[in-house]
Amino acid sequence: MSLATIEKTTRGAVAVRSVDKSYGTQQVLHEVNLDVAEGEVLVVIGPSGSGKSTLLRTINHLEKVDRGTISLDGELIGYKARNGKLHERREAEILAQRTEVGMVFQNFNLFGHLTALQNIIEAPIHARKIPKAKAVARAKELLARVGLADKADAYPRQLSGGQQQRVAIARALALDPKVVLFDEPTSALDPELVTEVLEVIRDLAKSGTTLIIVTHEIGFARDVADRIIFMDGGRVVEQGTPTQVLGNPQHERTKSFLSKVIEPAFNI
Amino acid sequence: MPPITTPVTDAEPDQHPAPEQGQPQTRQQGHKPAENSLAAPSQEQLADYKVVAATHPWRWVGTVIVAAIAAGILYSLLTNPRWEWGVVAQWFTAESILRGLGQTLKLTLISGALGFALGFILALMRLSSSPLFSSVSWTFSWIFRSTPLLVQLLLWYNLGYLYETIRLGVPFTSITFAEFQTTSLISQFAAAVLGLTLNQAAYSAEIIRGGILSVDQGQIEAATALGIPRWRRSTRIVLPQAMRAILPTAFNEIIGLVKGTSIVYVLAYSELFYTVQVIYNRTQQVLPMLLVATIWYIVITSVLSIAQYYIERHYSRGALRTLPPTPLQKLRRFLATHAVTKTAATSPKGQL
Ligand SMILES: Nc1ncnc2c1ncn2[C@@H]1O[C@H](COP(=O)(O)OP(=O)(O)OP(=O)(O)O)[C@@H](O)[C@H]1O
Ligand SMILES: [Mg+2]
Repeated sequence: MSLATIEKTTRGAVAVRSVDKSYGTQQVLHEVNLDVAEGEVLVVIGPSGSGKSTLLRTINHLEKVDRGTISLDGELIGYKARNGKLHERREAEILAQRTEVGMVFQNFNLFGHLTALQNIIEAPIHARKIPKAKAVARAKELLARVGLADKADAYPRQLSGGQQQRVAIARALALDPKVVLFDEPTSALDPELVTEVLEVIRDLAKSGTTLIIVTHEIGFARDVADRIIFMDGGRVVEQGTPTQVLGNPQHERTKSFLSKVIEPAFNI
Repeated sequence: MPPITTPVTDAEPDQHPAPEQGQPQTRQQGHKPAENSLAAPSQEQLADYKVVAATHPWRWVGTVIVAAIAAGILYSLLTNPRWEWGVVAQWFTAESILRGLGQTLKLTLISGALGFALGFILALMRLSSSPLFSSVSWTFSWIFRSTPLLVQLLLWYNLGYLYETIRLGVPFTSITFAEFQTTSLISQFAAAVLGLTLNQAAYSAEIIRGGILSVDQGQIEAATALGIPRWRRSTRIVLPQAMRAILPTAFNEIIGLVKGTSIVYVLAYSELFYTVQVIYNRTQQVLPMLLVATIWYIVITSVLSIAQYYIERHYSRGALRTLPPTPLQKLRRFLATHAVTKTAATSPKGQL
């Protein structure tokens, strides 16, 4: 089965406007501006510490921004504009907004005491109030899509890393999110397990869900991305199509980063 | 066998290179004909060898010593007439004792359950980002851990002396919703439950907080990102995983509480220990009566220890790749493999 059966294929436009974010005195995001169109697959690359994870986390309101705004389909994340002021949303509203944004973590973060199926149905039932029978049916469908129909009752520790990440992807999809954020989904995996996870994401990319993917898999980025942005020091340094950014980078920092990532053998 | 005298066959030196390395100079000295058992066996031969389990001679010595000590203690317990086992047997299931036991269990159950529930709330308050909640929780634990339980119990019981009435209303105004006589409100039982519960809450809050802190932050983050509400996050995602760290200490606390309830004898509350005291003050049979109470405490603790084993096992689901067998399963497996050794070859699975 393909993931293309997800309904409402055009939704999930993300707009990031002049976002600043600091931890203490260290500014992690500088004036970040970014528009992700409905159904676009955006890949974020950049050296360690450049603020890629932080950017993703602000989109899910796991981190508050210091300045600037982030919106999803025109609705501000975490705030409401009223009388020229930004009012913080109530917890329930923030939770509802989060269900629109799926997130897949580097370390999977599956709930260790719950089976694969229980992991997937938890949020639909308790964050979306979907009836249990319906949530279970949907979860089984998703497990089949990621090729794990027979692992519904397995606990995360009984699964390989690649299988765990595929369950985590199914869990994120169970809420029918408008946008799915991937934070280095394959960096904790052994090389031979990377492919199976990338296949699932590739399939998802064809379905028309907006995806924002942080990855170091440059080959995969070239394949799957509609657009690539390169971040360094908390700024978006360069962006464009994969051919532009990977094939003909304009900035020195992009060039040096790519030379390290693509052909590490040449940089001893 | 000393290697010097090890005879090595000259006939097939190529097939048995192993002994050759150790004593090349003795090769020519071998007078005896070759023995099969000394030649290095091939892999195929080894496959047919019978396995002889490793022996643990010191384990047997230890077992004998421990058994001797245990037998000695048991013998002295059974034969020393001053233990007065007849009296123990007579009182063990006496109605007053059972009533006291019931009260002990009731106190343990109520103050244990309330104490841990309140402790859970206090732990969440302490960990919350609200400075108000966390300081209230901290202060609570500070006060109740700093005062002796005995003092707390006596204070609660004597609340009527300190405050004759308890008024529900708006402070510093005359608005009153309800008013109670303190002495009618705080019975011995209420004082006991109040004292034990609040004290237990202060301690269990720290135990639960420790358990919560041991859960990977990524779990909370994932639950948050999924939009799962805060309370559900705490009870469904964090607490069950914290349980593994909480349970061993929590059972320590509960077992402590079972015996700790005996402190409410200061309120003349007739739980097990107080009942026993009343009886031996009358009959002067101090030691056997203490033995009655002790045996009951041992029974309760044993039941709790068994419960602990299974509850811990329950919460280790998912944390271990495969759950270890329960003692019962182990016993069945042992019996199945040992009792039917003759037929074992025909039944592929040993467990029942
Ligand atoms: N909670 C935090 N408190 C303080 N500093 C933080 C925190 N989270 C991130 N940082 C800092 O912010 C910077 C950006 O971190 P971020 O995790 O976004 O980088 P990244 O681009 O995702 O790196 P990587 O590729 O290694 O994951 C880093 O310098 C990091 O040390
Ligand atoms: Mg990161």
